[in-house]
Amino acid sequence: MKFVDEFRDPAAARALVRKITDLATEDEYKFMEVCGGHTHTIYRHGLEHVLPDNIELVHGPGCPVCVIPMGRIDDAIWLAEQDGVIFTTFGDMMRVPGSSGSLLDAKARGADCRFVYSPLDALKIALENPDKHVVFFAVGFETTAPSTAVTLVRAKQLGVTNFTVFANHVTIVPPIKAILESPDLRLSGFLGPGHVSTVVGTRPYRFVNDVYGKPLVVAGFEPLDILQSVHMLLKQLAEGRCEIENQYSRVVRPDGNPQALALLAETMELRPHFEWRGLGFISQSALKVHRNYADWDAEERFSMPGIRVADPKACQCGEVLKGVIKPWECKVFGTACTPETPIGTCMVSPEGACAAYYNFGRLHRDTAVMVGQRTAL
Amino acid sequence: MCLGIPGQVVETVDAENYLAKVDVSGVRRTISVRLLADTGLKDGDWVLVHVGFAMAKIDEDEAAMTLSQLQKMGTEYTDELAQFRSTSL
Repeated sequence: MKFVDEFRDPAAARALVRKITDLATEDEYKFMEVCGGHTHTIYRHGLEHVLPDNIELVHGPGCPVCVIPMGRIDDAIWLAEQDGVIFTTFGDMMRVPGSSGSLLDAKARGADCRFVYSPLDALKIALENPDKHVVFFAVGFETTAPSTAVTLVRAKQLGVTNFTVFANHVTIVPPIKAILESPDLRLSGFLGPGHVSTVVGTRPYRFVNDVYGKPLVVAGFEPLDILQSVHMLLKQLAEGRCEIENQYSRVVRPDGNPQALALLAETMELRPHFEWRGLGFISQSALKVHRNYADWDAEERFSMPGIRVADPKACQCGEVLKGVIKPWECKVFGTACTPETPIGTCMVSPEGACAAYYNFGRLHRDTAVMVGQRTAL
Repeated sequence: MCLGIPGQVVETVDAENYLAKVDVSGVRRTISVRLLADTGLKDGDWVLVHVGFAMAKIDEDEAAMTLSQLQKMGTEYTDELAQFRSTSL
């Protein structure tokens, strides 16, 4: 596998870091990686320590588990505790704390909460349990939403009447806009999300350079992908260009996945607004089940409390999600808040900045081995 | 939850309902290929699998690279693989 070796080649990494260092002539660069998968790679391989000191990688709001506000978790728990309901969701969501515990706690109290690998598994549970009502708690960006879309189409096709979706899908463009509008942060550019872009393509990001004058490079998930993307951003800035570029072109097409987009358009519609943890209400930033699929919409079927709940005072997930503070700057990081007993969402998902830093941030052996010490370059 | 894992299509299970069997590191499971319905997907092709769906076609080199990266992630990959294995459509 020659290609693999090329992406792991220490000499290539060293050469890239040297080129990056040469290009980074300004006092300060702040690049936001929007996607939690990138945050994970950066901490896993200690990339921030390989880059010169004047380049800071800022973690963005791209972990779908992390951005779900507490009130929605409370609604999920309320649903799970209704008579005759089997409540299904992805594993990560089971541990996210609401205002009075998590779905796992609800399960311990007797609610039938099950984690599933795929939304189609939830539909299967509904087919196998005709006397129960199965709710699927759907979360995720455009990467995951098409799978819910296919499941809705299938449920309609099969005429399943005991299955609904509690949709909490979010879209990537509005939070990027919100961050660009925020006075807290002065960013130099963005590492664009890899897997979201397999669905939406590269065109939706055009406002980043057109309106806000910032470069964006859609990046892959290998350590060298991230380094190469940082190099592409610096090169644009050095040459006075400001474009949307695609470093991950071996997977991401400019048009994305047209099938997935068509299915999304058929089964879901934009909410007028949606609350994001840390970012507040953002207009047209989330998807609900389309009115043509109302029979499979949990929000139509049940009268959920829908109460807005403020985040715990000690928790600074909001600032972490906006990139204003680093995980270790949060007062409860690693003490009251750990992956075993998370207070905030960023500590729950492996893609959350806090969990990624907690698990890997202090271990940089991989990168040290791969590229050698920076002083030796 | 956002992991995309590479798998190789080994068998079309139900063409009408877009179901195919994929092999991920020796573990086989039926997934939906509905999202790649217009791509002429065939046995032997490599795809990126996310929550039981093929998201994108990838070439074999990309697949090998991503797999080795994921295997280095340790528990998250084995957890994902365990979930992949534990359920069926």
